[in-house]
Amino acid sequence: MPESMNKVGLLAEFESTAAILHAATVVRDAGYRRWDVFTPFPVHGMDEAMGLGNSKVGWFSFIGGVTGFTTGMVMIWWMNAFDYSIIVGGKPLLSPIYAFPVSYELTILLGSIASLLGMLVLNRLPRLYNPIFRSTRFHLVTHDRFFIAIEANDPKFSDSETRNLLQNAGSTHVEEVRD
Amino acid sequence: MAEQLIRDVPIIPVTPPELERIPLVAHRRSLGWLSDTIAGIVEGKTPMWWKISFAIAFTIMVVCFSCITYLMATGVGVWGLMVPVAWAWDITNFVWWIGIGHAGTLISAILFLLRQRWRTSINRAAEAMTIFAVICAGIFPLIHIGRIWYGWWLLPIPNANSIWPQFRSPLLWDVFAVSTYFTVSLLFWYMGLIPDLATMRDRARTKIRKILYGLFALGWTGSNRHWSNYEKAYLILAGLSTPLVLSVHSVVSFDFAVSQLPGWHTTIFPPYFVAGAIFSGFGMVLTLVLPLRTLCKLQDVITIRHIELMGKVVLATGSMVGYAYGMEFFIAWYGGNPYELYAFKNRAFGPYWWAYWTMISCNVICPQLFWFKAVRSNVVIVFIISIFVYIPSNCAYYSPTWVDIWTFIGTIGLFMTLFLLFQRFLPMIAIAEVKGVTPQADPHHPLGGAKVGGHH
Repeated sequence: MPESMNKVGLLAEFESTAAILHAATVVRDAGYRRWDVFTPFPVHGMDEAMGLGNSKVGWFSFIGGVTGFTTGMVMIWWMNAFDYSIIVGGKPLLSPIYAFPVSYELTILLGSIASLLGMLVLNRLPRLYNPIFRSTRFHLVTHDRFFIAIEANDPKFSDSETRNLLQNAGSTHVEEVRD
Repeated sequence: MAEQLIRDVPIIPVTPPELERIPLVAHRRSLGWLSDTIAGIVEGKTPMWWKISFAIAFTIMVVCFSCITYLMATGVGVWGLMVPVAWAWDITNFVWWIGIGHAGTLISAILFLLRQRWRTSINRAAEAMTIFAVICAGIFPLIHIGRIWYGWWLLPIPNANSIWPQFRSPLLWDVFAVSTYFTVSLLFWYMGLIPDLATMRDRARTKIRKILYGLFALGWTGSNRHWSNYEKAYLILAGLSTPLVLSVHSVVSFDFAVSQLPGWHTTIFPPYFVAGAIFSGFGMVLTLVLPLRTLCKLQDVITIRHIELMGKVVLATGSMVGYAYGMEFFIAWYGGNPYELYAFKNRAFGPYWWAYWTMISCNVICPQLFWFKAVRSNVVIVFIISIFVYIPSNCAYYSPTWVDIWTFIGTIGLFMTLFLLFQRFLPMIAIAEVKGVTPQADPHHPLGGAKVGGHH
């Protein structure tokens, strides 16, 4: 790749689940902040190895669910008891019992939509362009290879030291990613 | 001396052979093999069996839409329906299709929460089945109303008459339950597809595949920061889908149970409908998956153990349905309501006795064969029983016309058309999820790169 392009970071390849899990703990302990692990499937224990906290998707789902239930109840009260109130079979104009099934379904509907959107928002997806795909080996990440990328704008990043760290952690191939 | 010896030998716990778990992927296939095999089905040449099946399914689908067009142009009189307030075949077809869909959500959500890792080999196809079955189901409530152009009155949209839908009616609950079910199933399915679409994108050779798979993969990289949020969202969706699937068929059963009709006005309906739905849906999963397993050479991913486990689910839910049939009869007698008892006596010994006993023998007696391991592990017998399991759940109450019959058969064509398209253009097995249950994915397993004696 031409040297004129900006350096984005270093990409290190690993060959097994155990190797990438071990390497992740090494990079975490070295104090890097702007780095990531790429795997073909979620690796059990990787969140701890990387030092990630609990995902925040649950808050999106919770807000979605509460919105759904409230929307359902208010909508049914407004439509059947307030805006156009009809007495049917001598039953009360509004009862939480008959309003429940629809509100329940709306809780699930909006909760689910919020979970998916929350996941996409937190992951900054969809993303149309990503310099990491410039690496010719990176397409194997969805096949059977494992990668660690450390960004060049990490405060601890140093070309030679970071490269050594990744090689000592067991990487079989370290390359630069440029953009 | 003895103590010294013990200290020198690393202690590796040895699993006795009878406790060794059968691996979920046979023949120790590698991670790359899984991608190559499953994605290869989509990338390879279109097989002849696919072209023939698609031509048949497509033709039947055209018949379905022709019948619906004829119905819309003429009126509901083209059916054998002679009671203006009844639904006739529409309701049975609707209930049948919704029920078929339930197994997909059971596999994707409930088995996920129960940590049944074998579900990964069949969940993608089963979820696709759910979505297509709900599409087929949705047709019937829409066309039964006669004046189809008023179908939008079901939705709470302001209209020129300034009136609103009646939320006290279970039929309106149905609208919300089924549309929520469809939307959530679609979201869940799509979310599961994202990592596999990325696999398809990274393997793509042609421009059009790169663009289309790339767009729908949303730029997925397999980043662990992404996986972390993804897995949480997946767990929450499974948690939300579980009460959803239990509620959908409960709400459908309220359409019957809330009425005053003898034989329908019972509290057993919601659990009975849900068990029956999962039961018939599993039958459909087996019918779809078993031929594809052979045609696409997936015997190492969908192993005999998977088939056996599905047989056990059919046995369990079939027995629940059998219990419900028995309990209905018992309560009809024990409840002391003469009309209720008459309805049941008439069902079993009246003019439709043959339909009742076909249903009992297929739905209750037939699955009992799955008590035997030899039956459960015989692919051909399982396939035949799986068809018996769901066919008679849809029994006739009156004389249908050819339009009734062909509209129903036509929806099977629609279903098969959609399913074949899915099978041809999307990975029919969740590649990333199956990789996740292999020993290579376990960092503490020798195949995952762990050193003997344990790595940590």
